[in-house]
This record gives sequence, structure tokens and C-alpha cells, in this order.
Amino acid sequence: MNIDSIQNGIVIDHIKAGQAMQIYDFLELGLLDCPVAIIKNAASTKMGRKDIIKIDSELKIDLNALGYIDPEITINIIRDGVRVKKYHPELPELITNIIRCKNPRCITSIEQELPHVFKLIDRARDEYRCVYCESKAGI
Amino acid sequence: MRHITSITDLSIAEIDELILTANDIIAHPDKYRELCRHKKLATLFYEPSTRTRLSFEAAMYELGGQVLGFSEAASSSAAKGESVADTIRTVCCYADIIAMRHPKEGAPTVAALHATVPVINAGDGGHNHPTQTLTDLLTIQAEKGRLDHMTVGLCGDLKFGRTVHSLITAMCRYPGVQFVLISPEELKVPSYVKIPLKSGNVPYTQTTDLASVMPELDVLYMTRVQRERFFNEDDYVRLKDSYILTPEKLESARPDLIILHPLPRVNEIAVAIDEDPRAKYFKQALYGKFVRMALILKLLEVHA
Ligand SMILES: [Zn+2]
Repeated sequence: MNIDSIQNGIVIDHIKAGQAMQIYDFLELGLLDCPVAIIKNAASTKMGRKDIIKIDSELKIDLNALGYIDPEITINIIRDGVRVKKYHPELPELITNIIRCKNPRCITSIEQELPHVFKLIDRARDEYRCVYCESKAGI
Repeated sequence: MRHITSITDLSIAEIDELILTANDIIAHPDKYRELCRHKKLATLFYEPSTRTRLSFEAAMYELGGQVLGFSEAASSSAAKGESVADTIRTVCCYADIIAMRHPKEGAPTVAALHATVPVINAGDGGHNHPTQTLTDLLTIQAEKGRLDHMTVGLCGDLKFGRTVHSLITAMCRYPGVQFVLISPEELKVPSYVKIPLKSGNVPYTQTTDLASVMPELDVLYMTRVQRERFFNEDDYVRLKDSYILTPEKLESARPDLIILHPLPRVNEIAVAIDEDPRAKYFKQALYGKFVRMALILKLLEVHA
């Protein structure tokens, strides 16, 4: 299977080797009816080994959220068998339920139903803060 | 519709406008007595804070409005496990404006996301307390006649004291303001609080010695140095007295200094100072009511 084998869909390339399943779960690709291929440990001149995900369908999901997981990922949009767009995901303004707020004093620590939402505060420094308690992501 | 969860939700122009309204309320209380007739303020206090709650309630009564709510989580639906979002949806059916106090950081932001009436953060843990900052600003403006061109000393726990952080954030936007940050090494202002000082070229000095900087100050904002902030008892005992304001330390102060404190005070200001005309910390409670009246009017879009 290679890019040519997809007519209309998405190829997520240059995924760090071993990270494909995390992205598969994050995008909830398990719920799709269309063909989805995961290629693990493919040879890459740039990365040594990489993972690739091919989705044989035009998804209506925000792939930019992948930017938080790994901004080096490449997204290829394929239409009629031709690659029409190739880009790196941008850091999203908001990320929801990807990371959890670790501040024990945050309202999310006692209200289980609340979505964990982080807002991009500083794009240059890759800095996200919890929209509720303003704690830095990852601390 | 607006919510106020942080002092940064308000621009300098809006803060100035609130202070103007508060001063007009002080000068002409009669004009304001019926403005919120038939309006209801809900005070949702998930943790007790009598001082803040009474201030909000007095503010609403003085505008001719009414008040409902609860004063601790145990007497509310939260004790049965109801979420903030659900409580807010219910309360919005009864009240025109909400003041909310919660021990968890960000709870008022959750409330604001679900509210169909304005929400005011009345303190969320150690996070934000915008009406305290408005109170501090009105007190300084009313007692000094200005908010610009002055030297503001902040003394005590500058590391964890959120009221100190928001006061710095708010006041560094006024021209000619400089800060003297007085604290033990262990309790210095965190670096992120100094970012607006550095980027705005706002002069500030840091010192561990209150007595030596006393003659420079126009405003002295005292906070408590808490025992539990120190790693060991020896350090605490060694340091605590340097950050207690006594009549002796006040001898070198300016005659027009004003002394503020967010209250409650424990021992960081000697009781002997209460009678000094420069002590304004009890008057702050009065200013707190007036500035909350101004804020309620603004958020309800009621004009005199
Ligand atoms: Zn949080």
C-alpha cells in the first residue's frame, strides 16, 4: 500500500516511530467504516524509522489538534489519487481533552464531567494554559 | 453580557470608569438607592468568606436590590454533588447577577461558561479575586487622589499572595508608578509577575528590609507571612518580626503614607497602629462596598 492506492483521503506521514496508535486512538479512527492502514517502522531517510497512517476517506476532523502531539507530522490530502495539499499541523488555539490539568487546586480536579481545555498563550514558546485555573500545561 | 473572573477582564479605562462611579456613589448616595429595585443578586459561596459576602450583599441592598444564595457548600446543592454548571443554570432562573466564591481555581470561569446572567468572581482559591483588587485601587485613589506617580511598597508574602500579584498587574499600567517589593528571600515575587514590570519599564526594587525603605513610600500594602510557607521553624522565627509593622518602624514614614491590608489581619500590623491616621485598612471595607456597587451597576447595565 502506498499513497497512490488512496483515491480520496488523508495520509498522515512522518509520525515518530511507535506513535501511530496514539494518534489512531486520539482521532478515534477505530470508529470509521472506511479502510485505515497503519504502517509501523517504515524506512525514512529523514527519521530512520517512522509510522504512517492512511485513511481512505475525507474526514471532517480538525487535524491541527495533532500539532500538539507532534508538530513535525506531515498531513497529505489526496483527491482523485493526487496529492492536493501537504502541510504540518499548526498549534491549535484550544486543545480539549488531550492533556489533563495537573493542578490539584483546579476545578477540574473535583468535577469529573468538565472537559480539560487548554489555550495557546504563546505560540513561539509552545505554551498552553488551563482555561480554568491558568496553570501551565504539563506541570 | 459581561463576566468578571479576573482583574485583567477590565481595561484601564473601565477600571477608571468604575472608580469614577464609586466616587459618585460616595458623593451622591441618594441617586443610587433605587437603581437595582426588583433586581436580585445571588451570592453563591462554596466556602465561607463573611467579609466578602457581606460586602456584596450590602452593595446590592444599598442599590435597592435583593439578595439570595448560600454561604457555605454544606448548605448548598454542591453538598449533594451537583456540578457548578447545573447549579448555575438553576440560579440563572432566579437571579439577575451572581457573585461566586469557590475553593477551587477556575470555578467561576466554569460558571461564566454556563451563565445567562453576569458572574463576578468573589475569590477562587488562591487564584483570582478581582473585587479585592478593585477595592485596593479605589482605596488608593480615594485616599491619595490619584493612581499614578507614586511609590507603592508591598510587604510580606509576595510569592503566594495573589492580591499582591493582581495589584501589581493593575497598577503597573498607570504612569509614574514604581514598586518596592519587601519580602524574605523565600517569599519573593515570582518571575512571571515581574514580566509586565520589565516589559513596561516600570521601576521596581526588591529588598528584605522594611524599615530602610519606609521613607520612600506613598502606599504600604501589608500581607501576612504565614508559618506554613517556611521550610523550617528557625527561619520563620528569625524572619517574622521583620515583616511586622510597628509604631517604631513607622517613625520614618511620610505623613501622607497610607497603609493597606487585604484583611483579616493576624499580627502583621501592631494594634497600636490602628489609631494612626495613616492606617486605612478598616476603611477599605467601606470602599469595597462602593466599588462592588459600581461593578454591579456596570454589569447590569444600569445607569444613574
Ligand atoms: Zn486547571
